[in-house]
This record gives sequence, structure tokens and C-alpha cells, in this order.
Amino acid sequence: MNALTVKNISVTYDKQPALEQVNFSVPQGSLTGIIGPNGAGKSTLIKAVLQLIPKSSGEVSVYENPLKRERNRIGYVPQRSEVDWDFPTNALDVVLMGRYGHIGMFKRIKKKDKQLAADCLAKVGMDSFADRQISQLSGGQQQRVFLARALSQNADIYFMDEPFAGVDAATEKAMIKLLQEWKEEGKTVLVVHHDLQTVRSYFDHCLLLNKTPIAFGPTDRTFTYDNLQKAYGGALSILAQESSFLGRGG
Amino acid sequence: MTYGAWIILTGVLVGVTCGITGALLVLRKMAMIADAISHTVLLGIVLAFLVTQSLNGLPMLIGAGAVGILTAILVQWLDSSGVQSGAAIGVVFTSLFALGVVMLSFIGDGVHLDVEHALMGEIAYVPWDTWTYAGINLGPKAVWMLGGVFILNLTIILLFFKEFKVSTFDPQLAASLGIPILFLHYLLMGMVSFSTVASFDSVGAILVVAMLIVPGATAYLLTDHFGWMIALSAIIGALASIIGYGFAVWLDVSIAGSMAVSCGLLFTLAFFLSPKHGVVSKWWKRKSFRKSMATS
Repeated sequence: MNALTVKNISVTYDKQPALEQVNFSVPQGSLTGIIGPNGAGKSTLIKAVLQLIPKSSGEVSVYENPLKRERNRIGYVPQRSEVDWDFPTNALDVVLMGRYGHIGMFKRIKKKDKQLAADCLAKVGMDSFADRQISQLSGGQQQRVFLARALSQNADIYFMDEPFAGVDAATEKAMIKLLQEWKEEGKTVLVVHHDLQTVRSYFDHCLLLNKTPIAFGPTDRTFTYDNLQKAYGGALSILAQESSFLGRGG
Repeated sequence: MTYGAWIILTGVLVGVTCGITGALLVLRKMAMIADAISHTVLLGIVLAFLVTQSLNGLPMLIGAGAVGILTAILVQWLDSSGVQSGAAIGVVFTSLFALGVVMLSFIGDGVHLDVEHALMGEIAYVPWDTWTYAGINLGPKAVWMLGGVFILNLTIILLFFKEFKVSTFDPQLAASLGIPILFLHYLLMGMVSFSTVASFDSVGAILVVAMLIVPGATAYLLTDHFGWMIALSAIIGALASIIGYGFAVWLDVSIAGSMAVSCGLLFTLAFFLSPKHGVVSKWWKRKSFRKSMATS
């Protein structure tokens, strides 16, 4: 069963096409890396799918329903740099925000929501920071708080925009372990990812993107030199010389 | 109630009404749009007067709310069509305000509405402009209007407390949760317009900006809690009004002016002396950190 189906999405910024004719379907219980060079439209794709920005065409369905009807099954982790970390609030409160969709408008936060948020913080090893003002957390800790917030959303599909950007190695390891647990629980996860070195070990599916999809499918079939060449163009040869991410040695 | 008590009550109501609304503006980094709206609502007031031929509260609120939201929409629209955002605010702000000034000249001399009054207000006259219903004197009109707008704004903030919080901190998440962030934005713009109109008579368009922005900016330095920041902002606004009235009586100077100056004084105090974010405590922390590094 497909958790997410994207049909013909196009997005235009200032009359320049940012995404053209994007089509793909993501099977339930998969962990997908969205890969592509800077400016390929990776974040734009997530935002367009979630209807955070207007699209010039296209349709999105979640478990065969229009997205609007399934909002509470969707979890979103924006880029850490996109929010104001000087905002007057603490870590627990940020995690609680993940519950707002379930709590609903005009309703008060209940004790069980607070308990659940606290449990989520504990799951990412941040329970002792619950009362900490968010600007006093390190980059890795802030990202863990975001992950705890995603956990508290208790969603079936997660969209994460560069969750590993600027985090320490220990946090990245803990995070990817958690994402793989989600996958085993039947959740579907899509991650905008930059580090080509780790694609093979992290993701079972890949979407190679450069304004339009280059390839989508299981990682071992899509994450190939030819496809990367198509997505990255000339920039790839420099990357390839220094790394062995394609598993070809060297 | 005595003359002085009515003025203090008016000032305190301006302080708390603008305080709770302004706290949200400061967090949303929208101080400049408050400046714009506080001026353009003049157009709304004039339009409301031309239609109803009276300076009644409700039509004025509706007119000001509509022009306030129009201001926000125009700024947003110019901004997204490539006009630099500071310039967008400047263009909309001055054009609509000037239109208000021009239309003001259609209104006869007998009416208590002119540019100077709109810009500066005169809180000293507030206690004399009373509302009489069925022969009973119910107190100054401005107090009723401010009280009404305060209750309205407070109700809106309490009703949408969670939604304002998440859409200010993380609008993307808020939108993905299905929270109507655009509606909240324009709702806040409406609240700013109402606060401005209600405060017009007493402090005018220029000083209302001080009451909207400075208490919020001061509260921001004093707390790390969203709800407390809104409450503190109201308390600071009220306190500034009381202190300001004291200064005005003592030195025999403009009441509204010294209220705004008191806001500035409270901000300065917080800026230097706030236990968490103040300049002095930061300096002290750096110094003791260096000392501990040196001894270890």
C-alpha cells in the first residue's frame, strides 16, 4: 500500500520553475532519502506536498485520501534554522506543540498530553532538559527536541527537512536509529538529506531530484553513478573522487 | 471618581490593551507594521465618520479594523511582488495616512477630530467626554471603548493561545497541523487596529506605538515564558502609565508624553538590569567565567 502519492506537482517561484512534473508513490513502511544538489527543490517539494506553499499544479494523496483529511497522520520537522530559537519557551513546551493538532482548536492542553510530551523527550535522551530555555540548547539538542516533537505527533508519515544538519555524530546516530525503528513499526519517513556517504546505510528508498525527479525506488537500484551524474552534473566528479559512497571502492 | 483617577484608569487600560497585543507583535518581529497601522487607522476613522456623521465607538472600530487589515494586506502584497519590505511599509503607511489627512478636511470645524488630535491625543480631556445613558453619567467614553477592546483582545488571545504560540514560533509546523496561520495574522492586525483606535483619544497615533512596542520589548528581556511575557507586557504598560501620570503631575508636563517616556525608562532598566538577558548580568557572567577559567 502506498502511504503517499504525489501526482504532477509543479511549483513556480518568481516565474522560474522550482519543481516540474514531480510524480512518485512512497510505499508504507519505507525510509526514503530525498537527494539532490543545492537548489534542486528538495525542501520546496516537501513544502508543496504539505501545502505550505502554493503549487501551480499537482495532487497529493495520503493513504488514498486528500491530505487535508489526514493532517493528524502527518508529522513535519522543518529545518532547524527556520524557527526563532530565542522564542520565550522551554523544550517541553516545544514538544507539546506536536500535540496541538490532536488537541484541536479552543481546547486546553491536558495532563496526558504533557505526560506524553515528557515521555517523548525521554525517548530522545532529553528528559533532564525539559525546563531548559530553548536558546540554551546546543544544535544537536535542539534537533533532538524537534525529533521528540515529531514523536509526540504520533504520525504515520514523517517529512524531515535536513534533520542531520549541524548535529553531532552521536545525535545523528541516535536519530537514524529512531527513524529505523519507526520504519519497522510501519511508519513511512521521508528525509531531505545532504551527505551522499551515508545514503546507502540510512535509506531503503531514494528520490533523486533536480527540479524534476531523476529516479525513484529502492536505493540499490536508484543510487547509481549514472543517476547521480544526471542529478548533480559536473559537481559530482569532485564528490566522487574523494569518496566511496557508491560502494565501488576508491 | 476624581479627575486624576479617570486619567490613571484610562492610561492603565491603554497600557494593558496595547501591552498584550504588542507582546505578540514583538515576538513576530512586526513592530514596524504597528507603526504603519497606528497611522493608517486615521483613514478608517475619517471614513467611518463620513458614513455615520458621528464619532461613535463601533463604526470607528469597524472602519479602523478594515483599514488596518487593508494596510497589512497591501504591505504583504507589495512585499511579495518584489518591493523591499521596509519600502513597502513606508509606501502604504504614508499614502493611506495622507489620504486620511486629506479626507479629514471634508469634515467641518465643529467636529472634535483634527490631525493634531489624531497624532498626539489629549488624555487630559478624556474625563470630560463622558457617556450619558438614560440621564445617568456612565463615565468617560474612552474608558468604555478601551475596556471593551481590552476584553475583546484578551478573549482572542486566550481563545487562540496555543495557536498564536505555535504560529509565532514555527509557522511551518503550524500550517502543517492545519492551523489557519493567515487568519491569525490578520486577526492580530485587527487587534492592533482596535487597540490603536481605542487609544487614539488619549495618546494619539505616535505615542500608541510606544505603548504597543516598548512594554513587549521590555517583557521579552525579563522572561523565558510565552504566557508570562504577555502578562508582564501588560503589567509594564500599566506601570508606565501610572509612573508617567506621576511625573506629569509633578513636573506639569504632557501626560501622554511622560507615559511613553516612562515606557522607555522601564525598558532601559530592563535592558541593563534584567537578571537573565540584561547587559550587567551578561557582563558579570562573562567576568566570573573568565575568573573560573583562570583559576582552573
